[in-house]
Amino acid sequence: MPETRVLLEHAEDPALRTLAGYKGYGGYATLGKAYRELEADVILKELEESGLRGRGGAGFSMGKKASFLPRGEMAKYLCCNADESEPGAFKDRELMQRNPHQLIEGIAIAAIAADAGHAFIFIRGEYDSQADILDAAVAEAYEAGYLGKNVLGSRRDLELIVHRGAGAYICGEETALLDALEGKRGNPRLKPPFPAVQGLYGGPTLINNVETLSNVPRIVAHGAEWFKGFGTEQSPGTKVVSISGGVRRPGNYEVELGIPTRELIYGLAGGPDPGNEVKAFYPGGSASPVLTAEEGLDLPYSFEAMAEAGSMLGSGSIIVADDTVSIPHMALRTARFYHHESCGKCTPCREGTNWTVKMLERVVRGEATPMDLDIISSVQENIMGHCLCVLGDSMAMPVSAMVKKFRPEFEAVVDSAQTEAVAA
Amino acid sequence: MSELPVDAAVTEGRIPDRNPEGIPELHEVECPPELREQIETLIGRYPDRHSVSIPALWAVQRLYGWCTPEGIREAAAVMRVTPAYLESVASFYDLLHTEPVGSHKVAVCTNISCWMRGGDELLDAFRAAAAGAEDLFVTGFECLGACDIAPMASIDERYFGPLEAAEAATAIEQLLAGEDVLPAKALEQRPLAGDTDA
Ligand SMILES: Cc1cc2nc3c(=O)[nH]c(=O)nc-3n(C[C@H](O)[C@H](O)[C@H](O)COP(=O)(O)O)c2cc1C
Ligand code: SF4
Ligand code: FES
Repeated sequence: MPETRVLLEHAEDPALRTLAGYKGYGGYATLGKAYRELEADVILKELEESGLRGRGGAGFSMGKKASFLPRGEMAKYLCCNADESEPGAFKDRELMQRNPHQLIEGIAIAAIAADAGHAFIFIRGEYDSQADILDAAVAEAYEAGYLGKNVLGSRRDLELIVHRGAGAYICGEETALLDALEGKRGNPRLKPPFPAVQGLYGGPTLINNVETLSNVPRIVAHGAEWFKGFGTEQSPGTKVVSISGGVRRPGNYEVELGIPTRELIYGLAGGPDPGNEVKAFYPGGSASPVLTAEEGLDLPYSFEAMAEAGSMLGSGSIIVADDTVSIPHMALRTARFYHHESCGKCTPCREGTNWTVKMLERVVRGEATPMDLDIISSVQENIMGHCLCVLGDSMAMPVSAMVKKFRPEFEAVVDSAQTEAVAA
Repeated sequence: MSELPVDAAVTEGRIPDRNPEGIPELHEVECPPELREQIETLIGRYPDRHSVSIPALWAVQRLYGWCTPEGIREAAAVMRVTPAYLESVASFYDLLHTEPVGSHKVAVCTNISCWMRGGDELLDAFRAAAAGAEDLFVTGFECLGACDIAPMASIDERYFGPLEAAEAATAIEQLLAGEDVLPAKALEQRPLAGDTDA
C-alpha cells in the first residue's frame, strides 16, 4: 500500500520551503479566500464537520475545541504546539522543515476562526534548524502581507511569533506551554479552567499541534466532505506516522488512517532486519501501552482501533521492538525519560517515576525479587489518574503494560539472578 | 522585606517583580548595548514583557557561552524582573546552562529508538573522542525528535545520523578544525523515507 501524501505533497521539492515555491503550488490562496469570503463561523463549521482530530496526542476534535472559545472583545490567542519531545515522535519536525508556509497558512486561518490576534509557535529549542526555517518563512509571510497589521486589507491583525523553548518535555503539555510562554518555569496548571476559556495571559486560547494546524488550509479549501473521504469514520484524514526502532526504513510516512498496521511496519518501513521478528511496538509514542506483535500488527491504524486494543494512537509514532530487544531494559529507558522530565509538582509522578526507575534498575541489575514486579505494577496503578497532568500516566501506562504482557521475561531476569546468587 | 513572615516572603519571592532582592537598575549593570537592544526588541514584540525570559536567556547564552550571573543580572535589569526570577527560569531548562560549558556542544541521544540502534555506544565513542579536548561539551540526551536517523547526535545545534561509533572521532576532529562536520550524515541531506530505495 503506497503512501497518501496530502500534507507531504510536493515535500520532496526544496523550493516548497519558500513563499514563492509554496504559492507556486497554490499556497495562500485559501487564506485569501478566507479573508475575502468566509465568516469565522463558516470556517469553524467546516473544521468541526471535517472531524479533524488533534494530532498532538489526545485526539480531540479540533473544530469543537475552537468553538469552545468565548466570543467577545477580549484578546484571544492561538498557540501552535511544536514542542514535539515525546520519544518516537518526529513528524512535526518534517512538516515544519519541508513545508513551513502550510503551517503558517493553517495558523492564520485558524486564527480567524478563533478570533485570535496573536499567535505563537512554541518550538522545542533543540529544533534550531527548523526554527530558523520557520523564522525565515514568517518573515516572508509578513513581507507579503499574510501576517501583521490589516492582513490582506481585512482590517484584522495577526502577529505570529516563533518562540523557542529551551529543553523541557513537559512544555509540550498545553498548560505548561502557556506558563513557559509567559516566561515562567514550565509547570502544568490545574484544569479547569481550560485554556480555551482562560489560557495565555488569562485570555481564551486555542492550542493545537503542528500537524493539526497544517491540515487546516486544505480542509477549508476543499471542504469537510473531501477530508472525510480519507481515513475511517472516527479517524478521518491522513496521518504522518513516524516509525523508528527495529525497522529497516525508519522515517515519516503519510497514510490514510485505518490502514493495517502491518502495512506501515512491514510494507512502508521495511520491517525488522533480516532474521528478526517484531516482538512488540508502541503504537503512539513512548507513552502508549505497548502492543505485542500478535495483538497489534493486524489492527487498523486508527484512533478507535488502538483505543479498543487498550492502547492509543497518540501522536502517531510507532516504535518497533524486534525480538533482540530486552523488554525490561526498554521499560527502564522509558521510565528514565519520564523521571527526568517530571516537573516535580505533584507527588505520585515525582516519587512514582523515581521509584519505578530504581526498581527497574534493580531488575536489570539482577537484584530484584519476584515481589518487586508486583510492587512495580502497584506503583503504576497508584500513579494512574492521580496526577496533575498526564506525564505521570505517560510512564505508568507503558510500564505497566510491559510488566503485564512480558511478565515471563521479567521473571526470567529475576530468576536467573537469584539462581546465580544461590550458586555463588 | 525582612520583617515579612516566612510564608509571605516565599510568596512574594515568587513574583517576578517583587523579590526581596530587588531589580537591578540599568546603571548598576554593564549591559552590552547589543544585548540590551535584542531584549528590548523582544519586549516590543510580545504582549507581555515577562514572556521574553527564555528568549532573553538565549541571548545571554549566545553572548557569553552560558547564562552567567552577570549576564542574568543584565537581562533582568532590561526586563525589569529580579535576577533570582530569571535564574529560576534558567535552571528549569536543560538547554540553558547556569555553569560554564564548552563552546562546542554535542548531545548524543540515548532514548529508546537510538538505544536500540547503538546510542549508548555512540555516546561512549564521543566521550572518548572528546577526552582532553577543552571547549567541548559532550552529553547524553533524551529523544531529540530524530529517531529516523538513530543513533544520532546534535552537534552545535545541527542533527547528524545514523552514526557509526567510529564516526565520532572524525566528527570531533572536524569540529575542532572548524570544518564541516560529517556532511553526508546531516539530517538536511536526507530525502523523505518513502523516496529512498528499500
Ligand atoms: C507531558 C505531555 C507532553 C505533551 N507534549 C506534546 C507535544 O510535544 N506536542 C503536542 O502537540 N502535544 C503535546 N501534548 C498534548 C498537549 O497537551 C495538547 O493536548 C495538544 O497540544 C493539543 O493539540 P491537538 O488537539 O492539536 O492535538 C503533551 C501532553 C502531555 C501531558
Ligand atoms: S504529573 Fe508530573 S509532570 Fe505533570 S504536573 Fe505532576 S509532577 Fe509535573
Ligand atoms: S530516540 Fe533518539 S532521536 Fe528519538
